Amino acid sequence: MNPPAQTPFRRAVKRFRRNRLGMLALVSVGGLFVIAAVFAILSSADIPFPSNPNATNLERKLLPPNPINWLGTDNLGRDLFSRMLHGSYISLTVGFVAVTVSLCIGIVIGAVSGYFGRWVDNILMRVVDAVMCFPTFFLILTAVALLGPSMFNIIIVIGLVSWTGTARLVRAEFLTLRETEYVRAAKTLGQSTPKIIFRHILPNAFAPIFVTAVLGIPAAILTEAGLSFLGFGVQPPQATWGNIIADGKTYLLDAWWLIVFPGLAIFLSALSFYLAGDALRQAVETRTERK
Amino acid sequence: MTTFILRRLLITAVLVFFISIISFFIITLTPGSPYPWGELNPKISESVKANFRKQFHLDEPIWNQYWFNMRGLFTGELRSIKDGRPVLERISERLPATLALNLCAMTIALSFGLLVGVYSAKVSGQWQDTSLSTVAFGFLAIPEFWVAYLLIIGLTAGFAVPLMGTVSHGIIFPNAIAATLDWIWHLALPATMLALGSIAVQSRYVRASLLETLREDYIRTAQAKGLSPEKVLYHHALRNSLRPLITGIGSLLPALIGGAVIIETIFAYPGIGRLGYQAVLERDYPTLVALNFITALLVLLGNLLADILYAIVDPRVRLE
Repeated sequence: MNPPAQTPFRRAVKRFRRNRLGMLALVSVGGLFVIAAVFAILSSADIPFPSNPNATNLERKLLPPNPINWLGTDNLGRDLFSRMLHGSYISLTVGFVAVTVSLCIGIVIGAVSGYFGRWVDNILMRVVDAVMCFPTFFLILTAVALLGPSMFNIIIVIGLVSWTGTARLVRAEFLTLRETEYVRAAKTLGQSTPKIIFRHILPNAFAPIFVTAVLGIPAAILTEAGLSFLGFGVQPPQATWGNIIADGKTYLLDAWWLIVFPGLAIFLSALSFYLAGDALRQAVETRTERK
Repeated sequence: MTTFILRRLLITAVLVFFISIISFFIITLTPGSPYPWGELNPKISESVKANFRKQFHLDEPIWNQYWFNMRGLFTGELRSIKDGRPVLERISERLPATLALNLCAMTIALSFGLLVGVYSAKVSGQWQDTSLSTVAFGFLAIPEFWVAYLLIIGLTAGFAVPLMGTVSHGIIFPNAIAATLDWIWHLALPATMLALGSIAVQSRYVRASLLETLREDYIRTAQAKGLSPEKVLYHHALRNSLRPLITGIGSLLPALIGGAVIIETIFAYPGIGRLGYQAVLERDYPTLVALNFITALLVLLGNLLADILYAIVDPRVRLE
């Protein structure tokens, strides 16, 4: 008997590498990470590089892009380029942590629902149905506004509202996986239920969960931007891409750079995550092999 | 068929209960209070505050508040804290505008989604498919408010597309047809903006479902009979692959109504999205409870209708 030539993981990596668009998106996501990490450190250490993002200079307000302020200045003369760089980690943090929160809830509810089935499944899935009826963005807006807009609250609320898709997916995986022989073997050996759920079944459902997680990040980033735009995002003076646009909309017809550049940053980072996530989905998907 | 409908109705009743609980508690359990004055305003005496709490049942236990809210919602007695008008009245005067906007956006999303989806399934795996899927993710990744502003910058420079509200002020229309056309013309930009992301999602659904159907045995039979590829695609495969489009409406509605908050705010469109945004700013609890409940209820009823329609069209569904 020969060992399998390729592990599923190696095959997925190989497939992913062949996807040029996916690799490009991955590189861009990686670049975004580096920028965000570097400037998160710089702003916590108050190092003004390329310049202080919160330093006002009314003599230089609303300047279009120029050699000193590469992307122009806002109505208080703050440098747009530095503000965008120092705001980059907010989007990424919100995206990542919110998705982690929603994954935790979704995995537990989906796993319990799919593993136990019957009335547990019935009740939990009706709750999922009920949550799915709500217009997500409006529900998030209401909760964030009433709790008070802060980064922590935004992350928690986005996570609390957006777990339903993950729960359904995990449930579907568990419904098929719980009938497999190795699960029956684990049961026969007298393993505890939590151990069967998290040690034996969950790792086998890893690939689709990982894909939804990656695709959830841009959605959370866009939601944060939308909240910022309505004035319920991360609060000033902390710059975020969303609240730069929100502040800039007053000068819409005089200062296009205040709208265009931060919006472009949101768009490109969300697009990179979506494309990377889609490439990942294609790489781990086994169904297309049948063709 | 009757048992199917009865079962669906029973589930719907349970869901209505869950929805009412979520929409009430997400608002009431948050810290802070809905006083129209500041929390610590020294000029407001304790008796005024007590009166206010009594008037809006805020001094009662929370399950009584839940009961008052829900009963008031159905009897029309629930009043807005802001202006004292019945909440139902405030919402029902805004509802037609939002429904019109969402209906337009939905039509745009479904029709373009279908067109693009069928085309990309047809050219699946070729470069057109790859570029269309990239464009679709582009549409998803665009912050709607950002494009809306870019368009406002672009369109104010000489195009006569209306950017605000629902009517052209200062123009007297000769007849109802002209007035209606003007109204639809006002819907054009906000509805398109609202539909952008959903076009992408729907087209991906259609593509995936059509490709799935094309792998079925009866398609191979049809091809083996010597039918033209067009006939197989449009006549045999497309019909059976439309199920996700119908069920997709269920996921489309919440996204559209949620997105309408931003779009209606930008385009000064008098719908429930903007009412909701104002209610959020004013911490108007009764209006917020009612809005969350009613929008979720609308989505629920839409889903129920889609399910029943689908069971009529496709008998297989009834057995599930």
